Amino acid sequence: MKLSGGDLLMRALKDEGVKFLFGYPGGAALHIYDAIFRQKALQHILVRHEQGATHAADGYSRATGKPGVALVTSGPGATNAITGLATAYMDSIPLIVISGQVQSHLIGTDSFQETDMIGISRPIVKHSFIVQNAEDIPRIIQEAFYIATSGRPGPVVIDIPKDKTDPSKLFQYKRSKQVTLRSYQPRVLPHPGQIKKAAKNLLSAERPVIYAGGGVILGDAHKELIALNKILKAPVAHTLMGLGAYPSNDKYFTGMLGMHGTYQANMAMHNADVILAIGARFDDRITNTPSLFAPKARIIHIDVDPASISKIINANIPIVGQVKESLIALIKEIKRSKLKIDSDALESWNGQISTWRTKHGLNHDLYLQKTKSKMILPQVVVQELYHATKGNAYVTSDVGQHQMFVAQYYHFNKPRRWINSGGLGTMGFGLPAAMGVKLAYPKHEVVCVTGEGSIQMCIQELSTCMQYNLPIKIININNEALGMVRQWQDMNYGGRYSASTYADSLPDFVKLAESYGHVGMKVTKQSELRKTLNKAFAMKDRLVFVDVYVDPNEHVYPMLVAPNGSMQDMWITKNIKA
Amino acid sequence: MKRIISILIENKPGALARVVGLFHQRGYNIESLNVGPVFDGTYSRMSVTTRGSENDVEQITKQINKIIDVIKVADLTEGEHHEYEFILIKFNKLKLAEKIQKILKPLGGRMLEKNTKVIVMSAVGSSSDIEIAIKAIGRGNLVELVRSGSLGLHEGEKVLTI
Ligand SMILES: Cc1ncc(C[n+]2csc(CCOP(=O)(O)OP(=O)(O)O)c2C)c(N)n1
Ligand SMILES: [Mg+2]
Repeated sequence: MKLSGGDLLMRALKDEGVKFLFGYPGGAALHIYDAIFRQKALQHILVRHEQGATHAADGYSRATGKPGVALVTSGPGATNAITGLATAYMDSIPLIVISGQVQSHLIGTDSFQETDMIGISRPIVKHSFIVQNAEDIPRIIQEAFYIATSGRPGPVVIDIPKDKTDPSKLFQYKRSKQVTLRSYQPRVLPHPGQIKKAAKNLLSAERPVIYAGGGVILGDAHKELIALNKILKAPVAHTLMGLGAYPSNDKYFTGMLGMHGTYQANMAMHNADVILAIGARFDDRITNTPSLFAPKARIIHIDVDPASISKIINANIPIVGQVKESLIALIKEIKRSKLKIDSDALESWNGQISTWRTKHGLNHDLYLQKTKSKMILPQVVVQELYHATKGNAYVTSDVGQHQMFVAQYYHFNKPRRWINSGGLGTMGFGLPAAMGVKLAYPKHEVVCVTGEGSIQMCIQELSTCMQYNLPIKIININNEALGMVRQWQDMNYGGRYSASTYADSLPDFVKLAESYGHVGMKVTKQSELRKTLNKAFAMKDRLVFVDVYVDPNEHVYPMLVAPNGSMQDMWITKNIKA
Repeated sequence: MKRIISILIENKPGALARVVGLFHQRGYNIESLNVGPVFDGTYSRMSVTTRGSENDVEQITKQINKIIDVIKVADLTEGEHHEYEFILIKFNKLKLAEKIQKILKPLGGRMLEKNTKVIVMSAVGSSSDIEIAIKAIGRGNLVELVRSGSLGLHEGEKVLTI
């Protein structure tokens, strides 16, 4: 049977296993939307803004490991998808964005709703395609999915001029067994010589640290990481993106490292003699001043992307390879080696880390304490949330203090449960991302922890949640301010709150949630917090928006001292510098 | 230090822009750029000259390699290599013809056009020889100057092919 370009597209997406298309229609995409109407394999989710479509597809991808797909029209539809593309690009998320384009013969004429999507998106995609012949659509889709998901994953754009989906032009559907591109060989296996060197260094280390990033999750290598550390018994620190790969309740877990990392994680990094970096990229939010980074450490760096290695910090032992295969090889080599770990040295090193933890570690029992202040502490909201959900929820977040509090106080024990925009730091990500997760896992608890600033950036998606019955729980940590901005203004700008407050003009979030047909709850006293959360989570089939007013004066600590600080230079509280 | 980076790239729409864009995006400058399809025409060979430390160039080549359409990348300056550039010049001070011809002689200078108003010549040489020649002619004596940018090739048996 011959198919039109639009139908070829649907068929190709179905053959890639796509279940959901997050999108928004418009002129250049209407042939495609008509093709959507003719089929049943894919469900289209009509968002309320294209940014929402990209984040929802991205959230779906982060939770499932499968590419999420967004569909937008040309011009404004395409430009609205840009923030979502950049968000996915920075965190190496396989996201597919299909954009309608004006008809081929109109390209370059400034025609109605024409923008050069390929040009605009070029620096923030792994690759992009423009469809020149309709019969190429199946091949392009196959290549796009292959590129998005292999090697270091990333977003791919497919721009389709309207005439290429003309319903009157029909073509044969062809799918190849395998994609091969002569210019792209993403599978790289680690070099055995480098693995040997790494094993030797790790086994003779006295103060090793494993610094593991989002690459462990993307590379599906959390089991291998755990297996490796069964042997090495080294402290494990996660980046913001790595949280959940190594279980937070394991005794060797130090917590998150970096800007708002724990005291013990940052101290461990600074004093280490060997650092094993896995699927992490030495981002400036981790290293602080690069020239002061980990002065005593030899660095072993495993990454699938050679460009990530020795980009910021020189690696003494670079290992280019898939994280999973590299860890398997490393474990094998360590087991084969005559060297054994130095148990005495490790015992005293892990003891040192416990001492640091005792001295300035996070207090995970704040929720049990009777507080002097009447106001709820934001940290307590996260601790109560953790207990209310038994640590099993998928938690999405936005950007700001609330995001850091979740990273610090919600203990993630499984990968893909913590879903946030780390690299780009995109406010507005949390709610649409939660929609993608909820569609993927309707039986699981999905919580969006947000701030009153961030939630207003994609608040319109509450309407989408109503249409598709997505009973997400939204926990709005309401400090009536752009808290993270204000924290920086407190610390570096003498408390001059330039454009970071708006307490008098915030909406009544309870009424707002209700006006979308959802349930709203407001909490102002700690004595009501647990009750309200339990009530919200008991409403299984409703979206509940819990607006929790918290102490606006709280800061996120620890905080690395910048500029010119190292990883051991931290603010521990407002007045204590360690 | 001046570097010549050779790139084999799929001859596909937008491929060139990806390479050029990347230089800007990563904060590096392109000093000269030459590109053209080679062999079966399904791919092109680019020669890009840029300046940077060893670390810079290593980062650039790694990043270029990540572009999906790029088949191969080599930093020719890492080893022995040939480097040539082609120029076209136009001048109207006809009385300088003899002097200019003499300067360009070792660079294979050829007269392409000569009439009562202007003379057009071509020449080939290493970028530094070309620089010296242009200086000797005097920039002010030329009305037009076109440079191909450096073309590069490994010395000896080493080759860059797909
Ligand atoms: C789209 C976007 N614009 C601006 C910023 C800069 N920014 C980072 S955190 C923040 C404040 C966020 O406020 P809120 O969501 O209320 O979170 P809080 O810090 O108060 O918990 C801002 C403005 C950003 N990350 N993203
Ligand atoms: Mg806030």
